Formats: sequence, structure tokens, C-alpha cells
Amino acid sequence: MSSKPTSLFDKVWDSHVVRSISDGPDVLLIDRHFIHEVTSPVAFLGLKNRGLNVMFPHRTFATADHNTPTINQHLPVADPLSANQLKALEENTASYGISHWGLGNPKNGIVHVVGPENGITLPGMTIVCGDSHTSTHGAFGCIAFGIGTSEVEMVLSSQCIMQPRPMTMRINVNGSLQKGVTPKDVILYIISKLTAAGATGYFVEYAGSVFEQMSMEGRMTVCNMSIEMGARGGMIAPDETTFNYIKGREKAPQGKAWDEALAYWKTLKSDAGASFDKEYHYNGADIEPMITYGTNPGMGVGISQSIPTATEVGGGKASFDKALSYMGFNEKDAMLGKPVDYVFIGSCTNGRIEDFRAFASIVKGRKKADHVTAWIVPGSHQVEKQIREEGIYDILTEAGFQLRQPGCSACLAMNDDKIPAGKYAVSTSNRNFEGRQGPGARTLLASPLVAAAAAVTGKVTDPRTLI
Amino acid sequence: MAYDKFTVLKSTAVPLPIENVDTDQIIPARFLKATKREGFGDNLFRDWRYNNDDSPKKDFVLNNSIYKGKILVGGRNFGCGSSREHAAWAIYDYGFRCVVSSFFADIFKNNSMNIGILPVQVSDTFLDKIFKAIESDPATELEVDLQQQSITLLATGEKESFQINGYKKHNLMNGFDDIDYLQDMKGEIETFAEESRY
Repeated sequence: MSSKPTSLFDKVWDSHVVRSISDGPDVLLIDRHFIHEVTSPVAFLGLKNRGLNVMFPHRTFATADHNTPTINQHLPVADPLSANQLKALEENTASYGISHWGLGNPKNGIVHVVGPENGITLPGMTIVCGDSHTSTHGAFGCIAFGIGTSEVEMVLSSQCIMQPRPMTMRINVNGSLQKGVTPKDVILYIISKLTAAGATGYFVEYAGSVFEQMSMEGRMTVCNMSIEMGARGGMIAPDETTFNYIKGREKAPQGKAWDEALAYWKTLKSDAGASFDKEYHYNGADIEPMITYGTNPGMGVGISQSIPTATEVGGGKASFDKALSYMGFNEKDAMLGKPVDYVFIGSCTNGRIEDFRAFASIVKGRKKADHVTAWIVPGSHQVEKQIREEGIYDILTEAGFQLRQPGCSACLAMNDDKIPAGKYAVSTSNRNFEGRQGPGARTLLASPLVAAAAAVTGKVTDPRTLI
Repeated sequence: MAYDKFTVLKSTAVPLPIENVDTDQIIPARFLKATKREGFGDNLFRDWRYNNDDSPKKDFVLNNSIYKGKILVGGRNFGCGSSREHAAWAIYDYGFRCVVSSFFADIFKNNSMNIGILPVQVSDTFLDKIFKAIESDPATELEVDLQQQSITLLATGEKESFQINGYKKHNLMNGFDDIDYLQDMKGEIETFAEESRY
């Protein structure tokens, strides 16, 4: 082979370019399109207004998640606006012949949890959804990214999207992780180094022994938060861990088709000598459990550290001061011991079974702190089922926690799961923006272990002291 | 959805000198429950603009009548966060046609251009000049010329050029969108899709 070494990103991108427009974007064929109730109704309205049809209905999959209640899902949805959105998704998918896992369906759950769980997400695919955390699917070696509603309309009507080719970045983390350090800490660490805009304009490949040794669920957590440093998406080359995860899932290829797919998937890695527009190297051993102190995911520190000063961080002082003032924190405050009112475990970032196992490993034999309100929200019915089957439900109940029903919940607080103004929430979700979890809510992003430690102690606590 | 053609825009501007303005600030998630694209401007910057009792926050720029115009000027990394196009709809619906910043988040930039808002990326230095000019005179005007790819501070004549790809420029100047373009190449897409792996 004399051809030029190629990156994983280039291999997947190039095989999907229908047309390249000079001085313009590429027209990219989309293999899988996920839709949900919030960002799709106006796209369907657009189709109707233009008299367009859905080109390939079987390539689009719908689930209701953003705006669904996490208790009493068997009852009619009380909020008329939310109910109306759910009804619109049901009607739109029915009229165009699109698969729909609505509220109450045993396959229902958060879009980025149910896609991989059911084998819809496969290596080398292009995947889009009107949700920025679509980058999650990059864990399978996919080019997966979030799109706006006009783009949802494009994909429905033409199965294509128009995208300028992003630059490429490789982030290498080698070495071994310390005890108590999870995939969530790895990605929060990377974002704290690169800042919330550090990867804007780039598509990231995560490489190195830390990711090679990581489970698929951990890889999904990492890729999920790529957008939080501005990246178009993030991906990890598929390997045996990936293939073992996929094998036997409902929509995964079987028999001869599996063998053929596997042969192709094994080619999906960056060649030795492939070049990237930017490359970073970190040592896994340097990472400790992380927590955020500010109002964007780049404002994070190791849990044993103090809040940095504006000068240490760089960038605009006014914006930094505004963030700390919103949080009710000061420069140089220690993070350990900060009071916690709410704990949320769930979301497309940390709503999978391994996350609940980690949470349970700390709360087992302990009790929820009296003043803490905890929302335990599985990412899907499948995850909920596993929680019950594995005895995690009993551990949670004995420790004073209640399990809720699947959905996006307090990650974006579109439903009733809102953190009250001024309250502090340790959250396993992905964004700590002002008001993200409810108007005035103050969010500290962290791993399921840090969330569990906060839930049982009622303050920010190093989970390594409880393991 | 059709939008107004963008050629030359001469207007005063509204300054928002805050970095990392995310789409949850532009339009909080609880206002995303609509099934139509109407009225989002009313809730633009809702939680910065209004108190919990819906009374306006006096110190927020949209509540200060001396600042108005069709151009919004924001700090670095404008539009980061969620992919919600509702953020761009809210800005458009409020009456803005152009957003100026020294850095834009990708998805927001794409969403804006898809609905007819021109994102103009300038240098940090020029952005600073714009903020200072508006601070000293809120009636100061900016001229954004898409054909020339330039933005000018009319009071001083200081000018900077900005980048946009030729395809998007043509679309914005003519009110075309990507959906029209893709409909015209459906045969080609069909053939390509037949041979695709998935």
C-alpha cells in the first residue's frame, strides 16, 4: 500500500461525501438519524409547508426523552405544551412511517442511550440528531454530531446534510487512571485544559491506553462531552471492546452480515503516521476526581483543589467574576466541603448501568444525607430493568433513595425536575450553564462516584475516602 | 423556511460584552415546548432580561432603550452549548439580522446561516473597538456588507473583513437555503445511498 496514511475521521467522512462544493460545504450522506420531540416538530412542519416527503423513513429513529416526566409515566402528561409535543412526535412519525419509541414503550429512553443499547449505532456510520450530545455515538468510531432543526428537515427530506469539513484533533491520554477516577473525570479534565471553546472547529479522536482500556459506556461518556469544548464531535477507534458490546444486540448484523461488517470495522482506525491539525498528550495518572466550580464545563478542577483566580485562568475577568458570583463562590475557595442540596444522577452522559453500579458502590451500607434531595434517573427502561435485576434498586432503597423513570430530566430541566434557585446540585450531567437545571440553579458537574459521595455526606467529598 | 435576503445592513448595535454566551441563556430550555416557530423573541435572554416575577431587569441591555438595532454584538465563543435552533430563531424573531463576535460556536453559526442571520467573526481587537464605540455613543452605526465581506464602524471609518464560504454567501444574498439545494440533487443522493454500507 503506497497510499497516504489516513485518520479514522477521514476514512469515515470521505466514504460519505456525495458531493464536494468548491468554496462551500460537503454534502454528506447520513446513515442514522435520531429524532426526539423537542427539535423535530418544526422540521416536520417545514416538510409539510414545502410539500416534501421523508426520503428514507427507515434510517430515522424517534424516541421521546427531553420533555417527559420521570414519575407516573403511565398517567397522561399533565403539562399541555409537553403533551402536545409528544403527540406531535407520535403523529409525525406515524404519518411518515418512522420508528417511534414513545413514552411507555419498553424501548423508550434517552436517545443517546437507546441507540447504542439496541444496536442501531454501528462503527463507521454518520449519525446526526437535533441534540448536541449526539457526539456520544462517536464512541463506536462514528462521525456523530448535533444539528439544528433546519438540518433535521434536510436529513428527513434528502438524507443528507451540508457541512464544512472540520479540522482534526487527536487527544492522547496514556498511562493508568488512579482509583476513583472515572471516564467522566477524564473528559472534565480534558475540557478544563482545553477550555469550553478549545476544540471549536475540530473533530476529535481520543486515543491512547486510557481509552483502549475503557468500557464502551465509559467511551460514550467521554465522546458525549466533546461538544463542551466546542468540538463538532469526538470519536474512538472501534476494537474488540466495541465488537463485544455490539454483538447480539437487536439491530446488530448477524451471521454472514456480522462477519462482513466485522472485517470492515477492523479497518476503522487511524493509520500510523496519519496527521492531525492539532494533537495533545496527557498522562492518565495526573487526573483526580473532577468537579466544576463555574458556569461552563471548562471551569473544573480536581476535587482536592481550590478555585483558581481569574488571572490563573486567563480570558476575561468580568465573565469569570460573573460566573463565580452566580455560583456564590470566591477565588481560592476549597471545593471540598462545599454544601450540596441536590444530587442528580442520570442523563446521556452518565445514565447507563455502569454509572448506577458506581453510584451504588458508594451508597451501599450508608444513608442519604437528610438535607439532600436526590434524583436517580435511569437513561432508559433497559437500564432501569438492569438496576432492579442486579440488586442496585435494593441498595438505593435501603440507603433512602428513590428510583425515578427514564428521561433527560434535570439535565436540562424541561420537565418538572428543576433545581430551585440558589440551590447547589452535584450533577452527573453535562452542562453547568446558568439556569441550566432550573432558573437560578447552581450546578457542579461530576462523576457518579463524586455524586454518590455528595449524596451520603451532604457536601462535596472526595469519593476516594469512601471507597 | 424563506428568509429575507442579506446584502448590506447599516444599523446601530446592541452590546453584550460577555464571553461564552450559551444557548441556554439565549433561550432557556423551558421555552422549547412549542411545535411552531413563532414568538421566541419574547423569551430571548429570558433569565438575564426578566426577574422571576416577569418584571424587566433594569440593568440588562435589552431593557435599556438607548441600545437598539439589528446587530447584536457578543463576547468571545458566542452561542456555545446546545444545538437548539430556537436560539437563532429567538435572535431573528427579536429583530436581529446579524451577530458580531470574535468567535462563534459551530452549531450556532450553522443554525444562524440556515435561517438568514449573518454571523460576522472579527478580531478581538476590532470587537473591543466596537464595544468601546457603542459605549461612548450608543447611536454609533455599523455597516455590514456581505458582498464585500466587510464590517465598518461608520463613525471612524475603521473597517475589517470577515470570512464566509462562497456557497453560504450566495445563499444568504439570494435568500436560498440548503434544503432547496439538496432537493435539486436527489437523483445523485439516491444513487449514492444505494451503494452505501448502511
